[in-house]
Amino acid sequence: MGVAVEVSGLTKSFGSQNIWSDVTLTLPPGEISVLLGPSGTGKSVFLKSLVGLLKPEKGSIVISDTDIVTCGEHKLYEIRKLFGVLFQDGALFGSMNLFDNIAFPLREHTTKSESEVKSIVLEKMDMVGLQGAEGKLPGEISGGMRKRAGLARALVLDPEIILFDEPDSGLDPVRVAYLNQLIVDLNAQIDATFLIVTHDIGTARTVPDNLGLLFRRNLVMFGPREQLLTSQEPVVRQFLNGRREGPIGMSEEKDVAQVEAEIAALEARGGDSHNGVGPKGASGGEAVPPQLTPTEGLPERRGERRRQERVARMLHEFDETTQAAIRKSLPEHLLAQSDAGAFQPTRGAGGRHWAPEPDATPMGSTATAVLPRQDGEG
Amino acid sequence: MTATDKPKAPGLLDGKFSPTRPLAVSGNLFAFALDVIRALPKRPFQIREFIQQTWFVASVTILPTALVAIPFGAIIALQLGSLTRQLGAQSFTGAASVLAVLREASPIVTALLIAGAGGSAICADLGARKIRDEIDAMEVLGISPIQRLVVPRVLAAMLVAVLLNGLVSVVGTAGGYFFNVVLQGGTPGAYLASFSALAQIEDFWASETKALIFGLIAGIVASYKGLNAGGGPKGVGDAVNQSVVITFILLFAVNLVLTAIYFQLVPPKGQ
Repeated sequence: MGVAVEVSGLTKSFGSQNIWSDVTLTLPPGEISVLLGPSGTGKSVFLKSLVGLLKPEKGSIVISDTDIVTCGEHKLYEIRKLFGVLFQDGALFGSMNLFDNIAFPLREHTTKSESEVKSIVLEKMDMVGLQGAEGKLPGEISGGMRKRAGLARALVLDPEIILFDEPDSGLDPVRVAYLNQLIVDLNAQIDATFLIVTHDIGTARTVPDNLGLLFRRNLVMFGPREQLLTSQEPVVRQFLNGRREGPIGMSEEKDVAQVEAEIAALEARGGDSHNGVGPKGASGGEAVPPQLTPTEGLPERRGERRRQERVARMLHEFDETTQAAIRKSLPEHLLAQSDAGAFQPTRGAGGRHWAPEPDATPMGSTATAVLPRQDGEG
Repeated sequence: MTATDKPKAPGLLDGKFSPTRPLAVSGNLFAFALDVIRALPKRPFQIREFIQQTWFVASVTILPTALVAIPFGAIIALQLGSLTRQLGAQSFTGAASVLAVLREASPIVTALLIAGAGGSAICADLGARKIRDEIDAMEVLGISPIQRLVVPRVLAAMLVAVLLNGLVSVVGTAGGYFFNVVLQGGTPGAYLASFSALAQIEDFWASETKALIFGLIAGIVASYKGLNAGGGPKGVGDAVNQSVVITFILLFAVNLVLTAIYFQLVPPKGQ
């Protein structure tokens, strides 16, 4: 099972420029989360902070009982072995061929024999569909292949947490669809915690278990996918519908009066459902499309099971539309338990919580982690 | 969001011309140097990378060094040739020429080439890796770029600097001999006989020590600038430029200090 990442009160600035402040969220173990946000809201900075490449000024990031914001260099390198990161362009080592690139972490960190290394590398290349490309140099292959090779390298040490920095950038929609399926399949196979940073609304609507949105130097919302997909929060609605009308401006924020005028004009035209199809997979309305499922023949996602239980526990804290959407995704017995009041919500910030599987061994600090709710703001 | 925590708009001079900025930059460079030195004894030592880098640095510096060393030796020989004739001390031309090449010309030429050819190549290589996220990727894979990339490069620069210094001494002296004897009509016997009149073996060791330290400085500055390159391809270009300039300034300053120390420690011959 993957490892939970608990971020609380995280603040990062470059010089006098604040990137985001007071970001609090928990990535539940083994689930897929997507972080959305307009360009320049520091999504990549957030990813880099998670792996300790950048040091936030305030707050904590706790991963298996270690706060990586304050821990020492040595400990940080140990924690990083839990991570697999897919960088935007794959970040392959230009001087090595694909095989050596993917074998690199194994050769550096393990004492495996060359034949063992070979079998692991070929297995991972097979997983991402790169059979037969071992001898190619990163400069000789397409962007999509580079991303998949970067993914294979990220997978080679069997990470517990995998971070994706815009896996869809520079790929055509068909390749994005394949990559999304690959992400879901991988999650089913290795049950690691996934965080995807993206602009692609299609990905955000269909892939993740949890969705978050960064805007105006804040985490606007983070929660189960249904919560954002049915949210009436203007920023969330604007982003998921890919329209100009709303608080997000081209370069800076808009003033309130202008936003109100735009929204009124939009409503007069018939609202989002009238607005048609936006760019990057954005579509009108607030429908919650079915989530991608692993390819036939693969095991079912254990993360999904845990999520159902977790969401059922906090079902009654959502508003009506969100509840209705979540109900559709939950099996009967969990719904019955939830409605019978069998679940006691943990007292904590916002009351949102998740708990490990009842039969799983308690994982120390992760058992009482709290999902933040930001409905008091904005 | 309240007005108080709203970030200020960046000003024109925002941090750029702060009086403490040079201090911060030098401090970072020094901290980086300490990190590198601390990583030197760490296992596993990257022997493969070290050999590759030594070969690489040597291959970009040997030819230019030889080509610079010949005219350098010649200039010294020409200057000394006419000077000694004016003073009536032709028999000491060889002695003075060797002394000048060994003590000063050779470490300076080595410094120029190690910084200009070797350092710039190291900086460009690391800078390109940095902007392609390769360095970040390496750190995320739990591998310290300082240990994996910088240490072998710094050691390679040091080794090559020592070897280059030997090369420059030989080529420079040979160039001086050629110009003095063949072109200026000096006597070969007198030139060779006076070789060890002023120079001593300590001069050679001092020269090699200088080269070793120059290699260390050039390697560290180039790696530091390369690993801190930012802002796309232009950032790499800027980093290479800065690395060469900073290395030159540091090397000439260090050369002055080392020479002063040398004269305090080793008495000149014949005293």
